[in-house]
Amino acid sequence: MAARMNPGSISSRTLILRWSILAAMAASAMAFASGQNPAKPADELAPGSPLLIQPEELVQAMKTRGPGRPVVLYVGPKSFYLQAHIPGTDFVGPVRPENVEKVRARIAPLAKDAPVVIYCGCCPWDHCPNIRPAFAELKKEGFTRVRVLYLANNFGTNWVEKGFPVARGE
Amino acid sequence: MARKVILLVAIAGLALGVYAAMHRSGRNHVTAVFLHAAPELSMTDLNGGAVQTSSYKGKVVLVNFWAAWCTPCAEEIPQFIALEKKYQDQGLQVIGISVEDDPRDLRAFYRKYQMNYPVVPSDLKIADAFGGVLGLPTTFVIGRDNLIHGKHSGATDFSVIEQEVVALLHAPQS
Repeated sequence: MAARMNPGSISSRTLILRWSILAAMAASAMAFASGQNPAKPADELAPGSPLLIQPEELVQAMKTRGPGRPVVLYVGPKSFYLQAHIPGTDFVGPVRPENVEKVRARIAPLAKDAPVVIYCGCCPWDHCPNIRPAFAELKKEGFTRVRVLYLANNFGTNWVEKGFPVARGE
Repeated sequence: MARKVILLVAIAGLALGVYAAMHRSGRNHVTAVFLHAAPELSMTDLNGGAVQTSSYKGKVVLVNFWAAWCTPCAEEIPQFIALEKKYQDQGLQVIGISVEDDPRDLRAFYRKYQMNYPVVPSDLKIADAFGGVLGLPTTFVIGRDNLIHGKHSGATDFSVIEQEVVALLHAPQS
């Protein structure tokens, strides 16, 4: 004879289903939370930020003439620049304490409201040691229209291998 | 109805969790199969020792372009050390090519991690010989046949590199 349930009681199958769903949600929440560092300030250059410019957009912007054409500054290692860089780029180099004066001298002639794009691409985006200090320095110097070229992995993968224009040497 | 809502929320939560887990590490992994001949290079390591790639013929060689200032590169170094230790008797040789490191920082790093393979300060000639290196870390995998079997650009899942090494160590000799 089949067991009869009282009205309003919950079957064991329903209970298992509910607990499974709750456990899955808790596991997901933990996985998500473990990826966040509450002590770390929000990264204003995180993927999706309006401060970033995509390669296609930069290529188009560099085709324009006049004041809308951005000044493009490279802030990565020299040996990478010599191998390949975006045509029309100015080499600045990594913004480190020992060469910050050199960087300031390089950007001093630029108008503060000039559109400026900086890029590096030495390392995966989240780990680039150059792009954020360079962005901070330009902001500190009063530049108001600075954008950063988004290269998720590196310049080789996300620019050269995609067939975007490249120059070599100085 | 309530059950459907709970189910939908659970699915959304799961999707969020999976997305977070996949993107948490920020790892990138690009592998390309080359099968070009590895370049023959005569280099000098940071201790002044000669590093001739010709002397590694018949071995499986990992050439890792890295820098002490590059966080994902530095994180990989203990794994290269472990790999060298584990497979050197079977014919593995790791070579590190340091890119634009301050010599003092490089030496300090080398000593701190007790690196057990040669590290060579890079120059353009070395990068060009490998077809250009435009991102760190970048690792080339060379077989006993002296062909480049793979290129890993960006921080890489090391188990993949180890699998490739093991496969090449055990590959039949022609």
